[in-house]
Amino acid sequence: MDSDEDFLSTLSSDDDIMLDDSENDDMSNGDEFDDAFDEDPDDEPDLGLQKQKTPVAYDIGFKVYSPGDIQQQQEDMMNEVNMILEMSKEDAAILLRHFRWNKERLIEDFMDNSDKVVEAAGIVTSVANPPQLETLDGFMCDICCDDDEGLKSFAMKCGHRYCVNCYRHYLTQKIREEGEAARIQCPAEGCSRIIDARSLDLLVTPELSDRYQELLNRTYVEDKDTLKWCPAPDCENAVECGIKKKELDKVCNSTIEKNGGCNHMTCRKCKHEFCWMCMGLWSEHGTSWYNCNRFEEKSGTDARDAQAKSRVSLERYLHYYNRYANHEQSARLDKDMYTKTEKKMVQLQSASGMSWIEVQYLNSASQALQTCRQTLKWTYAFAFYLARNNLTEIFEDNQKDLELAVENLSEMFEKPISELADSKLKDTAENLANGMSPNKL
Amino acid sequence: MASAKRITKELQECESSPPPGLSIAYSESNIYVWIVTLQGPPGTVYAGGVFTLTLTLPTEYPFKAPGVVFNTRIYHPNVTNDNAGNICLSLLKPEHWKPASRIKGVLEAVRQLLVEPQPDDALEARIADEYKNNRAEFDKNAKSYVQRYAKAGGGNGGGGAGAEGTK
Repeated sequence: MDSDEDFLSTLSSDDDIMLDDSENDDMSNGDEFDDAFDEDPDDEPDLGLQKQKTPVAYDIGFKVYSPGDIQQQQEDMMNEVNMILEMSKEDAAILLRHFRWNKERLIEDFMDNSDKVVEAAGIVTSVANPPQLETLDGFMCDICCDDDEGLKSFAMKCGHRYCVNCYRHYLTQKIREEGEAARIQCPAEGCSRIIDARSLDLLVTPELSDRYQELLNRTYVEDKDTLKWCPAPDCENAVECGIKKKELDKVCNSTIEKNGGCNHMTCRKCKHEFCWMCMGLWSEHGTSWYNCNRFEEKSGTDARDAQAKSRVSLERYLHYYNRYANHEQSARLDKDMYTKTEKKMVQLQSASGMSWIEVQYLNSASQALQTCRQTLKWTYAFAFYLARNNLTEIFEDNQKDLELAVENLSEMFEKPISELADSKLKDTAENLANGMSPNKL
Repeated sequence: MASAKRITKELQECESSPPPGLSIAYSESNIYVWIVTLQGPPGTVYAGGVFTLTLTLPTEYPFKAPGVVFNTRIYHPNVTNDNAGNICLSLLKPEHWKPASRIKGVLEAVRQLLVEPQPDDALEARIADEYKNNRAEFDKNAKSYVQRYAKAGGGNGGGGAGAEGTK
C-alpha cells in the first residue's frame, strides 16, 4: 500500500535528522561548552544513542491526514473494490465498512463465497435499477399508516417501502440523535439491509448528508487500526501511526455509562458485548448462565487485569516523567545561577586572594552542573524504555550516583562566598565533568 | 400528531385479533398508555396467574420504542423483583427497535419471556442462578408468587396501585 511506503520514508527521514544532531559527543572536553549552552535544553533528545544506527523501539513515525485526505483514502478504496469486484460504489462502500476497511480480507472472502458476504453485509444485488422516490396507487405507509393520495414513498433494494416523511424522520433520528452512520438498517423489523449513501442523499437535506459523511469518516478512522483522531480539541485531523489500537486495548476505549437496566452491555461504537459487573465477555456468561459473582473466570480477570495494568503503566510513566521534569526545572534554576557566576568569581577572588585563573573552577563547575542536569533529565526518558535486566540495574546505579553528585554540587553552589573557597567544590566539579562522558551511560 | 393514526390502528388490531393470552385496555383520553392483561401461559409455572402490565408509548412512537413494566409482582429472572417491575427486552433497546416494529410483537415477546426465561440476560442475578442451578426451588418460588400476587380476584398485591384495566 502506498501509505505504508510513505509512512516508512517519513520514519527514515526523521532518523536522519536525529543522527546529524551529534554535537553533544564532545561535551566532556569542557571547551565546547559554549556551543552546548546556546541550545535550548529541550531540543536535545540525545542520550548518546546516535551511536547505534538501528531505529529504536520507541521512535515512532507518524503521518497526519486532513479530513479531505481521509475522504480521498476511502474513495480510492471504494474505486478499487468497485473495479475488482464489479459492483456499484455504494455497495463497495457498505462491504468495506462491513469488513472494517480490510480490503484484502473483503476481496478474499468475496471470491470465496460472494453470496454469503453480500448477505452478511446487508446488500441485495438482484435489482438492477437504483431505487427512486415513487408515488404508488393504494400505498399505505406501515410506519405512520398514512395512505394519502400522491404520498411519496421509498424502498431500498430489499423492497420494504415507507413514505418519505417516515424514512426521513427515521434517518434524521439515527444520524442526529444516535450518531449512527455506517450501520443504519432498513426500518423494517428484522431487515438488516444497510442504508447506502445514494439512498440517503435522495431522502435527507444536504446538511444532514454532510453530517452523515462526517460520521462515516469517523467510523473509517475508528475502524482502521493504524488511524487515530488527533487528541487536540477541535482538531479535525487523523494521525497514522505504527502502533495498532488493537494492540493497546482489546476493546475500544470509548467511555461507557450504565443508565439502568440489565448488566448486558453493548458498546455503541464497537459492538463489544460485555458484562457490567465483571467487565468480562458477555458470550462467556451465555454459556455459563448468569452468575456474575463469578470472579474466577478468565476474561473478567483479564479485563480487570488490563485496568490494573494500565494504572500501573500510568504510574510508571509518571514516576519517570516527574523525575525528568524535576531535573528540567532544576536545570533552569542552575542556569540562572550560571549568569551570576562571573560576579561570584570576582567576589571569590577578592575574598580568598586566589588568582583569576584559579577561580575558573567556579565557571566549569557551573557548566558541569548544566550538562549533568541535561543528561540526568534524559536518563529518565531513557530508563522508561529500558527492559528490566542486569544492565538496567547497573544503569540505575550509575544514575543514582550521578544524581547524588549533582545534588551535592548544586548545594555547594548555593553556599555563601566564604565557604566557596573550600576546594571540595572544585574537586566535585572536576570529577563530575570528567565522569560525564556519554560513554559511561 | 403523526403517531396517533398508527397507534389507533394498532389498538384496533390488538382488540380485534389479540395475541393469545393477552388483552388490552386503554382510556380514550390517552391512547399513549395501555393496560395489558396477560394470562400465565399454560404449561409454565405462571399458569393460572393473571398479570397486568403498563405499556407506555413515547410521543416519538413509532420512532422510539414503547416502555413496558409489570404491575403485578412476578418471580422471573428478567423482571426486577420489586414494585417497578422493569423488563429487560432486547427488542426494546434503541439499537434494536425499528419504526416498523409492532406493539403486538412486543407483547408476544413479553409472553414468550414467561414461556422461556432468558437467564443470560437477567435483571435478577439470584433468580437466574436459581433458575439454572436449582429449578425445583425456582418453580416453587415462582408458583408461590403467582398464588400471592397474580390470582384473578385475589388483588395484585405488590403491584402499582390503580393499574387495573378499565375495561
